[in-house]
Amino acid sequence: MRNTLARIASVAAATTLAVTLTGCGSDDADTGTAAGDPVSAADIQAALDKGGELTVWAWEPTLKDVVASFQREHQNVKVNLINAGSGNDQYTALQNAIAAGSGVPDVAQVEYYALPQFALAKSVTDLSAYGAKSLDGTFTPGPWTAVNIDGGVYGLPMDSGPMALFYNKEVFDKHGIEVPATWTEYVEAARKLHAADPKVYLTADSGDAGFTTSMIWQAGGKPYRVDGTTVTIDFADPGSTRFAGAWQQLITEKLVAPVAPWSDEWFQGLGNGTIASLATGAWMPANLMSGAPAGAGKWRVAPLPQWQAGENASAENGGSSLAVPEKATNKALAYGFMQYANAGAGVGIRVAKGAFPATAAELNSAEFLGAEFAYFGGQKANEVFAASAANVVSGWSYLPFQVYANSIFNDTVGQAYVSSTSLADGLKAWREASAKYGTDQGFTVR
Amino acid sequence: MAVPQVHPRVTAPARRRRRSYAGWAFVAPFLGVFALVFLAPIGYSIYLSLYRQRLIGGTSFVGVENYQRALEDPQFWSALGRVSLFLAVQVPVMLFIALLVALAIDSGRLYGMKFFRVGIFLPYAVPAVVATLMWGFLYGSQFGLVGGINERLGLSLPSPLSPDLVLAAIGNIVTWEFVGYNMVIFYSALRVVPASRYEAAEIDGAGQLRIIRAIKIPAIRGALVIATIFSIIGSFQLFNEPVILQDLAPNAITTYFTPNLYAYSLSFAGQQFNYSATVAVLMGLITMVVAYLVQLRGMGRED
Repeated sequence: MRNTLARIASVAAATTLAVTLTGCGSDDADTGTAAGDPVSAADIQAALDKGGELTVWAWEPTLKDVVASFQREHQNVKVNLINAGSGNDQYTALQNAIAAGSGVPDVAQVEYYALPQFALAKSVTDLSAYGAKSLDGTFTPGPWTAVNIDGGVYGLPMDSGPMALFYNKEVFDKHGIEVPATWTEYVEAARKLHAADPKVYLTADSGDAGFTTSMIWQAGGKPYRVDGTTVTIDFADPGSTRFAGAWQQLITEKLVAPVAPWSDEWFQGLGNGTIASLATGAWMPANLMSGAPAGAGKWRVAPLPQWQAGENASAENGGSSLAVPEKATNKALAYGFMQYANAGAGVGIRVAKGAFPATAAELNSAEFLGAEFAYFGGQKANEVFAASAANVVSGWSYLPFQVYANSIFNDTVGQAYVSSTSLADGLKAWREASAKYGTDQGFTVR
Repeated sequence: MAVPQVHPRVTAPARRRRRSYAGWAFVAPFLGVFALVFLAPIGYSIYLSLYRQRLIGGTSFVGVENYQRALEDPQFWSALGRVSLFLAVQVPVMLFIALLVALAIDSGRLYGMKFFRVGIFLPYAVPAVVATLMWGFLYGSQFGLVGGINERLGLSLPSPLSPDLVLAAIGNIVTWEFVGYNMVIFYSALRVVPASRYEAAEIDGAGQLRIIRAIKIPAIRGALVIATIFSIIGSFQLFNEPVILQDLAPNAITTYFTPNLYAYSLSFAGQQFNYSATVAVLMGLITMVVAYLVQLRGMGRED
């Protein structure tokens, strides 16, 4: 009988807990410590010496080695590295933990596009008080801009994704295609290639929010402007129009393989030469090597095609930072770890494991630049990526609710890929849907 | 000072009342757990659906505003319309096939009947997630089976994952998964029909078709109704198959493809827990009403 009662009691407790966990009262989000009390480097060192437990939520695989070496150097610190899912799954878990006020990690991996959302809700800590501003210049401009939000520094850049054009040289050579230097040439190459062999597509695209926004970024578009809680969304600017114009031709003429990224079909196509190029972030090589081993030695890397011949504009695609949730228990220690992982010895460890750095020193080191990629036929691909990182167009910002906006991308812009809707109309519909959500959430949307 | 007059009401003897309390004590553990794990979540959903939480401005009580919004939400209605269409087409097809197979097995005239029975039932044992992944690969029009057929035979079959066909493609997967399950329900109902009825029918000179129409179908009517109700609930809750195929066909399967998927997207991608709860509560109500109507109609004539 007692057993049964105990069980009932524990069920009751579990249910109450579940109810609390699913509860959503982030209205108490601003009860955290007031930003401003400066925490000196000595305080952080003291926290590191004193030690304690640190919970880190991240899916970045190279962090495992960083944690091991960090714990060797700081014997008193115990780091629990937890993979709470990647991308959106992790953000959901994080947002739930923050809302519930329990189980919040001390450090969390947050992608650049999602960081403004957490920063605006004051769910993550402004690291200015911990001396993060002094790291200006340590990181490359793209990632550094991404973590600087509303005058605060809300994360330390971990990696970055300056864009480049990956292409299958064997396929290009076979059909006599030159590496396109402009997007106009790119469209022509797509026509020529598909005409030469109807099974081969220059690229695959089934509508990807991250890709589209990065392309608009490179084209000089600034569709999102954020000023506190006032948000402007406008896809009618020249940059967006330029992108939509060029890409519409590829879609209308059925020159892009309608294959979803990261699917088996996609990797097969990349491996067997039916998808001949890919414009994406510098973190791609490791994925190509593991996902499309058949393409080894055939692929090369070139600078991103330009919107204006002779320019060398670039954009970031993906990349993430480490941030400290406002409700973290040991912030000084958390910052100490982040500094080690993202601006200290950890960077070298991660780069050696194949991560693409966000720090200027590693990016410009001779060893990094001189690395030869067997997958790219011995090409020193990092030279291309480093040049791209230096040429990222400045002034880009994401929406403070970009996670949601990206999730409805395929409902709106995606329709241009499968119906008679034009890309421009799709972007318009995306704007409307995003604006509606923003208004619902209490933003002033223009 | 008025003294209220007390009329002691004539009540049942105290002994009887005490006995009824004893009964409550016995069911209390069950009721407690039931209230916590069944009623509390429903109650909490309803509670959530009366509030609105915003990124800026916090939480406020909005009464039935969320429900008003849902009733005017074209995305909600399109999702409901889609699962209704699915229900109207897929469920009859699936149940008809299941019935046919059950009758075939029950006729005892099949070779390798046991193998046949297990073979038909096997897909039900495959987890829906795995089944959908597998079908997703078969459906691939570039490098999947459909692509392979197109290439080998020089055909140009349309992609099953295109917006026009994707609902049919999902219907096919669900049919494949659940024919065996329904077949087992029908078959077990058929097994309990006493053999004497068949003998009597044969003596009366009834043919097999006549036996099916006059004896077998009426005999398994209860099973048919139950299977239909399960299928209605399953259709309205359609989620696994579209959410997995969404990775392959993100443009064809929108975030509001089915009501459940819509509720999921609202809460997981949009942090709109309140509106998501509203959609869930509404769908629960609609499912209940439809299932109840079917039950009334299906069972009604038996009385």
